[in-house]
Amino acid sequence: MSSGVMVTGNQAAAFAARDSGVEVVAAYPITPSTPVIEEIARMVERGEMRSRLILTESEHSALAACIGASASGSRTFTATSSHGLAYMHELLHYATNARTPVVMAVANRAIGPGWNIWADLSDAMSQRDTGWMQLYCSSNQEIYDTILMAYRVAEDEGVLLPAMVCYDGFVLSHTAMPVKLGAEDFLGEYSSQWELNFDEPTTFGNILSPDYYMELRRDLFESHRRAIEVMRRTEKEFEEFTGRYTPLLAERYMLEDARTAIVATGAIASEVKIAVNRLRKDGNRVGLLRVKAFRPFPSGLIADALSEVERVVVIDRSVSPGTGGQLFSEVKSALYDSKTLPQVVSRIAGLGGRDVTFKAIEKAVDDVFRSEWVMEVVW
Amino acid sequence: MKISEVPAEEFLLPGNAACHGCGSSMCLRTVLKALGKNTVLVVPASCTSVYQGMFPGSAIDVPVFNTVFAASASTASGIRASLEMKGIDATVVVWAGDGGTYDIGLQALSAAAERNEDMIYICYNNEMYSNTGVQRSGATPYGAWTTTTQGGKKEHRKDVAELMVSHEIPYVATASAGYLTDLYRKVRKAKRKSGFRYVEILTPCPPGWKFPASRTVEIGRLAVKSGMWILYEYEDGEFRLTGVSRAIAEGKREMADVEDYLLSQGRFSHLSRNDLEKIREHVRNRWMKIEKIVGGVHATPAEFYV
Repeated sequence: MSSGVMVTGNQAAAFAARDSGVEVVAAYPITPSTPVIEEIARMVERGEMRSRLILTESEHSALAACIGASASGSRTFTATSSHGLAYMHELLHYATNARTPVVMAVANRAIGPGWNIWADLSDAMSQRDTGWMQLYCSSNQEIYDTILMAYRVAEDEGVLLPAMVCYDGFVLSHTAMPVKLGAEDFLGEYSSQWELNFDEPTTFGNILSPDYYMELRRDLFESHRRAIEVMRRTEKEFEEFTGRYTPLLAERYMLEDARTAIVATGAIASEVKIAVNRLRKDGNRVGLLRVKAFRPFPSGLIADALSEVERVVVIDRSVSPGTGGQLFSEVKSALYDSKTLPQVVSRIAGLGGRDVTFKAIEKAVDDVFRSEWVMEVVW
Repeated sequence: MKISEVPAEEFLLPGNAACHGCGSSMCLRTVLKALGKNTVLVVPASCTSVYQGMFPGSAIDVPVFNTVFAASASTASGIRASLEMKGIDATVVVWAGDGGTYDIGLQALSAAAERNEDMIYICYNNEMYSNTGVQRSGATPYGAWTTTTQGGKKEHRKDVAELMVSHEIPYVATASAGYLTDLYRKVRKAKRKSGFRYVEILTPCPPGWKFPASRTVEIGRLAVKSGMWILYEYEDGEFRLTGVSRAIAEGKREMADVEDYLLSQGRFSHLSRNDLEKIREHVRNRWMKIEKIVGGVHATPAEFYV
C-alpha cells in the first residue's frame, strides 16, 4: 500500500475511478465536479488509465453513454453536480430499471436560479426516488474508498443497482486532504451480467406491460434491502484488504451514553464531531450518528443507534419544500416503530454553501437556539 | 443490382406489430439484411420501439438496446466504446425516426457526428411523430396535415441530411422506401466504412400520410420522381446524386409534377393552388442549390433557369 498523498476530493474520485479499472467514462464538465473529468482526461492521455473517455455534449448524453457501455458489459463511471445531475434525471431512473451498475461521483451543489455553485445536498437529495444507492462522504479518504466499495456493492448479483458517491462541493471537492491510495487490486476484473451476444441476440428494454412491470420494480426494491447486507460485507472485505475501516452505512461517534444525538451527513458531520468534543468537555452527554448510506436507508441500524437517547437533532444541508429536511423525515420515520420515542427536531443549515461552523452547530443543538433554520455563520 | 440478389436470411421476424404497408419496417428488413448478424441496433422511442413487439418477445433477431428518446446517438457511443475496449468487432447502428433525429435527438446526433463516433446512424423519416399518433416534427413538409397542424403546417421542413453533410463526416446518404436496392447498396457501403455515417430514408406511412397501404413503394418512388425527395451520397467530401435523382439532373428523365405526389396523400388534400405553387418553388430552389453543389455538370430541364 502506498502512503498518503495530499489530494482534493475531486482528485480522490478520479484516482478511485482509475483504480476501479473502469473501461468507459462518459462525462460533461460542471462546477464543482469538473476537475474529476480533467484528471481522468490527463491520466487517459498519459496512458495511466486504460479507459475510453467520451466527452459528450451534455450530462444527459453522458449518462446515456454510460448506460449503453454498462449494458454491453463494461464497468463505467461519470461525475457531475447540481444542474448536470438534474439534466440526467430521466436516465437516473433508466439506469436503475435497466440494472446497470454505473457509479457516479457527485460534488454536491445548490440548484438555481440564482447561480449558486456552492455546497448544498439538494441536488442528490432531490434524486432520492430514482433508485440509485446514495452514499455521502465526509472526507477525501472516504471518497476514494467509497467509490471502490460502491462498485463491489453495485455489481453484486443480488444488488445490480447504480450508485452515487456524494461529497460537498468545494468543501470536499476542492480541499486537499491526505489520502491513502493503492487499492487498485481490490476489485477484480468486471464479470458482467450483461453482454452482447450475436449468436443468441436479446432485445433490451422493449415494451413491458402491466403484467410484468411490477415484478421488475419489486425486484429492485428487494435489491436495495439486500444491498444493506452487501454493504456490511463489503466494509469488512475492504478493511481486510487495506487495513482501514471505512463505513458504508453509518458511523457512531460518542453515542454510547449520549442523551442527545446529532444526526448529520457529509462535510457537516465532520464539523459535528468537533462540536461534540467541545460539548462533551462542557459536560453535555451528546454524540453523533453520521448517516453514510441514504439509499438504501438503513432504518433498523439508525433506530437501534438512537434507541437510548432522549433527543435527536437532525441537521440537513437540503430541504424538501412543503415538508422539510429529507434526512429529518427519514430519521423520524425510522424511529416511529421504536420502543423509545425520542424528541426529534430538525435543523436546516448550510444551503448554497453558507458556512456551518462547529460553534453554529453547538448553538443549534442547545435548547436556547430553537429556530429550525440555522442562518447565522457563527465564528 | 436485382432484388433477388439481396440475401434471404431474415433479421426482422414475421409477426411484428407494424401496420400494413409500413415503410419503416420494410426498410428495416432491408437494412438488417445489408448489415448482417454482427450488428447492435440502438432504438429510441419510435414506431420501431413498439412494432418490435412486447416483452417477453421481440421481432428483431440482432441485439437491440432500446433507449430514451433524446439519447440514441449517445447510448450508441457508449456501446461502441465498450465493444472497442473489449476488442469485439460489430457494427453499432442507430435506427431512429425523424422525431428522435430532427428534434429531441438532434443535439446528441450532432455531437456524435462531431466526435466522428464509429457508427451508422440511420434515420427513417416518415415526416412526423408517427408513434404517438401523427404530430408534426421538424421533418414535416409545408402544408402537411398532422394532429398538431390541422390546417396544414405553415413552415417548410428542415433538412438534417444536409446538416450532416456540413458536419463533414465520412458518409451521408439519402434513400427511399421506393428503391430498396439503392438503400441496400448504400447501407452495404456505409458498413464498409468507418467513422460516423448517416443514412436518411424516406419511409411513407399509410395511416399518417393517408394513403392505401398497398401504395407505400409507389409513393416512395413518386417522392423521388417529383423531386421532393432527392437521392444522393456525400462520400469523403464528394457529393453525387444517385438513381432517379441523378437521371433527372442529367436530363435523362423528366421530373414529375409535385401535384402527382402530393395529391396521392390525404395529408395534402386541402392544399390550395397557392400552397402547391409555394411547394413547387421550394422544390425548384432546392434543385438549383443541389445543381450548384454538384457543379452543374449535368444538363437540367429548362424550367430551373426561370
